Amino acid sequence: MALTREEVLHVATLARLSLKPEEIETFTRQLNDILAYVAKLQEVDTEGVPPLAHVIPLSNAFREDEVQPSLDRDESLANAPEREEGAFVVPRVI
Amino acid sequence: MEFEAVIGLEVHAQLLTKSKIFCGCATTFGAPPNTQTCPVCLGLPGVLPVLNRKAVEFALKMALATNCTVAPESVFARKNYFYPDLPKGYQISQYELPLAEHGYLDITVDSHSKRIGITRIHLEEDAGKLIHSPSRPVSFVDFNRTGVPLIEIVSEPDMRTPEEAVEYLKGLRNILLYLEICDGNMEEGSLRCDANISLRRPGSAELGVKTELKNMNSFRFVRQALEYEIRRQRALLSEGREIVQETRLWDAAKGQTFSMRGKEEAHDYRYFPDPDLVPVKVDAEWLESIRRGLPELPAERAARFQTEYGLPTADAEVLTSDKALADYFETCLQDFPQPKKVANWIMSELMREVKKEEAGIDAVQVTPRALARLLALVDRGEISGKIAKSVFDEMAATGKDPEAIIKEKGLVQISDTAALEAQAREIIAAHPKETADYRAGKTKVMGFFVGQLMKKTKGQANPKLANEIFQRLLSE
Repeated sequence: MALTREEVLHVATLARLSLKPEEIETFTRQLNDILAYVAKLQEVDTEGVPPLAHVIPLSNAFREDEVQPSLDRDESLANAPEREEGAFVVPRVI
Repeated sequence: MEFEAVIGLEVHAQLLTKSKIFCGCATTFGAPPNTQTCPVCLGLPGVLPVLNRKAVEFALKMALATNCTVAPESVFARKNYFYPDLPKGYQISQYELPLAEHGYLDITVDSHSKRIGITRIHLEEDAGKLIHSPSRPVSFVDFNRTGVPLIEIVSEPDMRTPEEAVEYLKGLRNILLYLEICDGNMEEGSLRCDANISLRRPGSAELGVKTELKNMNSFRFVRQALEYEIRRQRALLSEGREIVQETRLWDAAKGQTFSMRGKEEAHDYRYFPDPDLVPVKVDAEWLESIRRGLPELPAERAARFQTEYGLPTADAEVLTSDKALADYFETCLQDFPQPKKVANWIMSELMREVKKEEAGIDAVQVTPRALARLLALVDRGEISGKIAKSVFDEMAATGKDPEAIIKEKGLVQISDTAALEAQAREIIAAHPKETADYRAGKTKVMGFFVGQLMKKTKGQANPKLANEIFQRLLSE
């Protein structure tokens, strides 16, 4: 189940990473090493064990529908590289 | 070449909770940008989402109202993609284990009933809002909407015409309004609809290549976009060309759909269970308490309108297909308890006014109580039914009370025998031929005499009294 170079490039695209040619080699090898290590888990017999969605045996952790104060807008925008009239400004996407 | 359309809808409904789905920020529509945000909905590092119980309860209500099976355990998952309206880089949604599945909604088109399957209903968070600068290559991001609770209702590909799709959507909206869990406002985006549509040869079991339509923010646009897309796909297929599987946006100004290229390359959301949220377990007891709390739904209300008020099935269905209309009807009945008369007025005069207003019945200036008073005036013989219709038009145009309009325009029915008798004598004197005819036994000319008196009094003569007077005078 070795990852191909194309798969690595696809994952990089999904993560918005541009890789240098030598990085493609390095990451392909490293990712394959990691997958091979994790693949050990496949050796465990999980016959009849239901899939687990969460490691803690808890459910229904709710909050009530009550409004709490929001952040002050200046605080919300504090880390924005650019802002205008209370909005975050980003490069145009359409 | 003949083709059949196959349509499925994905409907997103914003839930009317006070606070967001995973944090305590307010959900008020129209607040200044980014004033309803906090570390959780801004996706800052180190925060934990905590699920709003009310959002789950609202979703469960919809699941029960659309005959779904509720999952004993459902799980939130991360849907990963990059877009500036999504601060975390993923949307919290549900994937493999949704809250509810396998429901249905019955619709009626051209008096044929049809059952539309509902694949699933799941909970998720809304994304933020982008405003694109008209003059510069930038977009402005407002995260107020980020984290507002949504339910996504996915239908089976059971619809065959744009009319069926619109009826299904109207039916869902009506139930949401009956349940009071969504305001159903398509223009403001609290109810949104995407459509999957493909064509195939009739009788074929295989599905054709589909396109996904977005940006249809009214019932009219849903119908128009589907009609356009059917024409477009039919033209391509008839020429032997292929349909490209893609997302297309409806352009209301141009009246066509256009391809939203670019977003297709990576429909690879890499869903996985969100480790920050524990599963939702719905046991029989909780579900039963939700079921007991369900209000009367459209189908039950239609049945009650037939048994309690003796309305015909068609009337009951029309009135209950819009909660506001059914409420109007019942409020009107409190003051004027004659169901069939009220139903007739609502379905003719009132519905005509409702159709003029984009905003629906709330924009109509005639209140149910005012309509009840108008009908009572007719009932007591103070004005004729014909005059009542012109009074109604005036009420709709000005919002004035019926009594004020009648007084202002001098429309009160004349029930003064002496006044009517004097005018009736003048009419008889001016029409010796008709008088002779009547006395010779042609009683049909009675209509002529009453008509003359109505004309003379501009419709204000009490017709019953007019009849009596002429009968008496002509028999003298």
